[in-house]
Amino acid sequence: MDPMAPVLSVRGLSVRFLLPRGRRVAAVTDARFDVAPGECLALIGESGCGKSVLASALLGLLPGNAQTAGSALLGDLDLLTADERTLARTVRGRLIGLVPQSPAAHLTPVRTVRSQLEETVATLTATRGRAALRAAAEAAAERAAFPADHLDRHPHQLSGGLAQRAATALALVGDAPLLLADEPTTGLDRDLVDRTVDELRRHVDDPRDGRRRALLMITHDLAAAERIADRVAVMYAGRIVELADATVFFGPAGPRHPYSRGLLRALPDRAFTAIPGMPPELGDLPAGCAFAARCDRATDICAGPPPPGTLACHHPHVPEDVRA
Amino acid sequence: MLELRSITAGYARNAPVVRDVSLSVAPGESVGLLGPSGCGKSTLARVAALLHRPDSGTLLLDGEPVRHWRHRAPRARRTAIGVVFQQARLSADPRLPLTDLIAEPLRATGRGGEVPARVAELAPAVGLTPDLLTRRPHEVSDGQLQRACLARALVLRPRLLVCDEMTAMLDASTAAALVAAVEDYRAATGAALLAVGHDRTLLERWCDRTVHWDGLA
Ligand SMILES: Nc1ncnc2c1ncn2[C@@H]1O[C@H](COP(=O)(O)OP(=O)(O)OP(=O)(O)O)[C@@H](O)[C@H]1O
Ligand code: SF4
Ligand SMILES: [Mg+2]
Repeated sequence: MDPMAPVLSVRGLSVRFLLPRGRRVAAVTDARFDVAPGECLALIGESGCGKSVLASALLGLLPGNAQTAGSALLGDLDLLTADERTLARTVRGRLIGLVPQSPAAHLTPVRTVRSQLEETVATLTATRGRAALRAAAEAAAERAAFPADHLDRHPHQLSGGLAQRAATALALVGDAPLLLADEPTTGLDRDLVDRTVDELRRHVDDPRDGRRRALLMITHDLAAAERIADRVAVMYAGRIVELADATVFFGPAGPRHPYSRGLLRALPDRAFTAIPGMPPELGDLPAGCAFAARCDRATDICAGPPPPGTLACHHPHVPEDVRA
Repeated sequence: MLELRSITAGYARNAPVVRDVSLSVAPGESVGLLGPSGCGKSTLARVAALLHRPDSGTLLLDGEPVRHWRHRAPRARRTAIGVVFQQARLSADPRLPLTDLIAEPLRATGRGGEVPARVAELAPAVGLTPDLLTRRPHEVSDGQLQRACLARALVLRPRLLVCDEMTAMLDASTAAALVAAVEDYRAATGAALLAVGHDRTLLERWCDRTVHWDGLA
């Protein structure tokens, strides 16, 4: 396989939920992005904009009333059309390691971290025999910087940060080429956020095992995204409206889409002003730009579909150096 | 307005999570309480909101010592304080449409007659549109649900608002909108605020004064 070929390649991914009385909710519309080996892509956007639905679509975990379109290729496998047997046996855990939104809830409360790691090793790898499982579980804990002297604890005896590392250790067991982290730092204080995302980042380009994994991190924490992402995808009302290099996005030039700019302006160390208005109903999206009702740059042409590509805006901000 | 003196509190007698902590909030003042994960600040916030009885120490509300907590606290004292928690989903009754969620404290205090006027006033203040008000919690996003929880905390016109990590689950824009809604309410009523959290930048930007957990004991 081409070492630089994307690990995950998403094209035209859409998800619709069919509701009673013929209502349709457009949760994800026409998403297109790649994640390369050794790369971290942060998917950001406000709550309810469709980020977790996109993640569920990749894992085949959408509810029965969902319809998908497009493709999401992981190697040769299209995650959107794979059957449940394939998803359960070869995708979840083996091809995609999931770092869950609330690690404490993801861990089984009545069992120690060690026994959960050993079970996952036995399920996902060819390791057999008590001594070998024990060693493999300890190695997995070590890779996620989970302290060996806490392996015999139960999840409720762990702090938030250690529960996160335990969940990360479980996600790494199957040695999946793609790590998917859905809000991995919610509720953690800043030091723990930094430590947690730094640990995730280490597995993207890991000198200890020589592996280059791809990391898709879903988050509303812009500081966490700035810290570890190579590229940033901004989602608004189900669409990826901007896909940009992280250093440009968070740097002096800033993002180019008016929504992305508004999101950064809302940070407490910037203007701390909210974007006026509310996000639109995903069941009742306009034909044109969904941000138009809240956008101070909107004109008549914004009632038409925004241009395709990595910047879905009719009047994006122009970087200073281009204008000069 | 609120004075906590040498409060010790926790969930097991022999292992308090809050030890000998003192803190006060003057009328109309906004105080940020900053501390790392798991330090016990949420427990202290629950004591201040009369939701958790401390093992020892004194809590003064308008200069009067509090003797009863939770449902035993006199109604006039309970209703003087509004509370917003981090996890809106855990604190919202999943069966209630947002209108009823917001109105619940009015009905519980026998003031059901005020519901229509009060909800009509609060919904735009916290940024909720009419179509959202008829939905139940599982039909709205975290940010929309937290807006409803803030409206519920304001519905009895509290003189003190306790916000425990109110914005920790929210994106930057929704967080800024909710902080602005709190500040509009405080500007209109002169209410005091105790905001608990671990985001220094946020609390310093938001509050008149920010104290660190380590400096309180
Ligand atoms: N109902 C409970 N029963 C037992 N222990 C509890 C309970 N609630 C909280 N604790 C424990 O009390 C300690 C302090 O909890 P608290 O929630 O007050 O901290 P915090 O500073 O708000 O943390 P975070 O920022 O992570 O929310 C923690 O160790 C927590 O596990
Ligand atoms: S397309 Fe128009 S309305 Fe939409 S973000 Fe760009 S300028 Fe604003
Ligand atoms: Mg807390």
